Amino acid sequence: MTATATSARSDLSELGRSETALRTFLHGLPGVDQVGAEQRAAQLGTRSIKTTAKAQAIDLAISMVDLTTLEGADTPGKVRALAAKALRPDPADPSCPHVGAVCVYPSMVPHVADVLRGSAVHLASVATSFPSGQAPLEIKLADTRAAVEAGADEIDMVINRGAFLAGRYSEVYDEIVATKQACGDAHLKVILETGELATYDNVRRASWLAMLAGGDFIKTSTGKVPVAATLPVTLVMLEAVRDFRAATGRQVGVKPAGGIRTTKDAIKYLVMVNEVVGPDWLHPDWFRFGASSLLNDLLMQRTKLTTGVYAGPDYFTLD
Amino acid sequence: MFEYAPAPESRSVVDLKPSYGLFIDGKFVDPADGSGFKSINPASEEVLAEVAEGGAQDVDRAVRAARRAYEKVWGPMPGRDRAKYLFRIARIIQERSRELAVLESLDNGKPIKESRDVDLPLVAAHFFYYAGWADKLPHAGFGPDPKPIGVAGQVIPWNFPLLMLAWKIAPALAAGNTVVLKPAETTPLTALLFAEICQQADLPAGVVNIVTGAGETGRALVEHDGVDKVAFTGSTDVGRAIARAVAGSRKKLTLELGGKAANIVFDDAPVDQAVEGIVNGIFFNQGHVCCAGSRLLIQESVADRVLESLKRRMAQLRVGDPLDKNTDIGAINSAAQLARIKELSDAGSAEGAERWSPPCELPDRGFWFAPTIFTGVTQAHRIAREEIFGPVLSVLTFRTPAEAVEKANNTPYGLSAGIWTEKGSRILWMADRLRAGVVWANTFNKFDPTSPFGGYKESGYGREGGRHGLEAYLNV
Repeated sequence: MTATATSARSDLSELGRSETALRTFLHGLPGVDQVGAEQRAAQLGTRSIKTTAKAQAIDLAISMVDLTTLEGADTPGKVRALAAKALRPDPADPSCPHVGAVCVYPSMVPHVADVLRGSAVHLASVATSFPSGQAPLEIKLADTRAAVEAGADEIDMVINRGAFLAGRYSEVYDEIVATKQACGDAHLKVILETGELATYDNVRRASWLAMLAGGDFIKTSTGKVPVAATLPVTLVMLEAVRDFRAATGRQVGVKPAGGIRTTKDAIKYLVMVNEVVGPDWLHPDWFRFGASSLLNDLLMQRTKLTTGVYAGPDYFTLD
Repeated sequence: MFEYAPAPESRSVVDLKPSYGLFIDGKFVDPADGSGFKSINPASEEVLAEVAEGGAQDVDRAVRAARRAYEKVWGPMPGRDRAKYLFRIARIIQERSRELAVLESLDNGKPIKESRDVDLPLVAAHFFYYAGWADKLPHAGFGPDPKPIGVAGQVIPWNFPLLMLAWKIAPALAAGNTVVLKPAETTPLTALLFAEICQQADLPAGVVNIVTGAGETGRALVEHDGVDKVAFTGSTDVGRAIARAVAGSRKKLTLELGGKAANIVFDDAPVDQAVEGIVNGIFFNQGHVCCAGSRLLIQESVADRVLESLKRRMAQLRVGDPLDKNTDIGAINSAAQLARIKELSDAGSAEGAERWSPPCELPDRGFWFAPTIFTGVTQAHRIAREEIFGPVLSVLTFRTPAEAVEKANNTPYGLSAGIWTEKGSRILWMADRLRAGVVWANTFNKFDPTSPFGGYKESGYGREGGRHGLEAYLNV
């Protein structure tokens, strides 16, 4: 790092102290033209990824999956099975990489921790009254602390969309700062719930707000509202992490979640990462997929590539 | 690193003959003097096919065939029946679009993703659109019973071979004219495949005639006495010569010529999308676009930031095999065009502009030019005034909206312009003042058959596309 590069970096840490400063900064970000952003995302989606590139992309995508179950019906048995799959997605092929993390509700964390102990698979827990976030701050923080104490090393929080849409940016900021503190050493992923923010301008502002407040990852969605991750939303978020690193030197990860079900979809996201932010983000430390059914499709395509034939769905485990 | 493996589109969908005759009166015929030329693949310099060179005698034959078809078949035919043929042609184009796209990329050098996703869909859309007009001409705003003109002589360029053919032939036929079309000498092959499509569609003989050849063939066509209407798309120099040749005759004339469009970026522009628009504006089709945004005007207060983003984006452009589905920039169409691009770029460096290209490896064979930008360009530089018609962008700055308008209009051309700003009122203010036939706001190089296209000043006259495009082919 040269001296000039360091001095060119902006110190944005003071912005959170004043509602006015925060608002001025967020509203001063360049706008997003909806038609243009969607067109760019669609164009990236036409890249043709074949043979060796496809094999590479599939293994990378598997290693980036946050294997997720967030149901009222989750039980210790269910989440243990999921955790076992996370460690060995394809029992028939030891060369298959393990996934990035398992993602569950806080009450399920201890059961997953038992299975994952000693492995490189991370344990993520949603917290802060996921998915709505409509609870008093103290309860959200207690939720977070409980998850970390139970063994989660990644916390997926939700932002206060009500406060964001009402323009109370400081409130959103302070909640993220407090949650980050409650996380201790655990990594904080900040869920923007882009389906509720509705515009790309809002997505860009919320992305910067989450990064300014200390989020380690920005994540699109809870998967609990009708519109989850889309390619254009992820494009806007990738541009935000790229510009944030250029401004501050700190790299933040991105996690699209919800609605990504096929290998073809996953590869489109990887192409977008590759061409918008570059290879620095092509690693499970910096890019994740929040998904459940995606994994089996990746495994099916992986087997097809190595054996030349499609195996039936019964050859892949359902957990 | 995530390297994309080669993803070539298959050439086997194209069944090329070793040689092609002229398409006259519904049949492929040999030229009177038997001469011919070769059409090559500009990405590899391999010969694709031998093509007949039409002389004055052949042009005469074609014009006579077109006259007969106009008087006996196509002119008297009710519009609803002409529409049936045009709809049929449009559907066959869609059915054979993969074949046409591959052939277009082979003969022209443009990336398959563009011929597949832009050229061919627009070609089919043009035929569908004008097919719809054929039986509704009394409602086009040109009187209760507008009549066709007669025989149209049409000369088209090499940058969008099949699309320019569609822009010319679809409205002419819809209005009841017959045509003799001369494709460019470097890109005749898709027009010849189109001739086969006319046969497949049972189009009456003589309604469409394709006479291949170079400048002399084109001259014979536009100067032929039997031609009632001349339509030309190409360079301003040739356009001037045609205007002189046609002056004083009864022939109607439309010209779509060169351009040096300003793409204007204000300080409140959506930067990421503006950068996409700049890239699309100048690097789409290797910059072989008459309406290309070849002069970038950036508001000085954001110039550094926009240029930094632009350079980062340019580093992602994939230059290479036009048939690879991941190629963004293909081959320059001909050695002659490459020489012109090099000459003007060298002049840019010599006149003191700063030249930049991303690191990119160019293939050994074929005609290639790396995407290039020049910064520090002023209005006095040749690269700010002359049309380069290649992947070369000249970057200038401005301080106020009025200065942007002044610089944008300070060119003999006036085909297109682009405006990038989040402020709607400024878009309207600018659009009122820019002397350009097309003004794009927060986008660039968008085409649609319903939208008229054409220029001011030395960019030509007449409009193609939309209801306005019918006027050129009706006796009004």
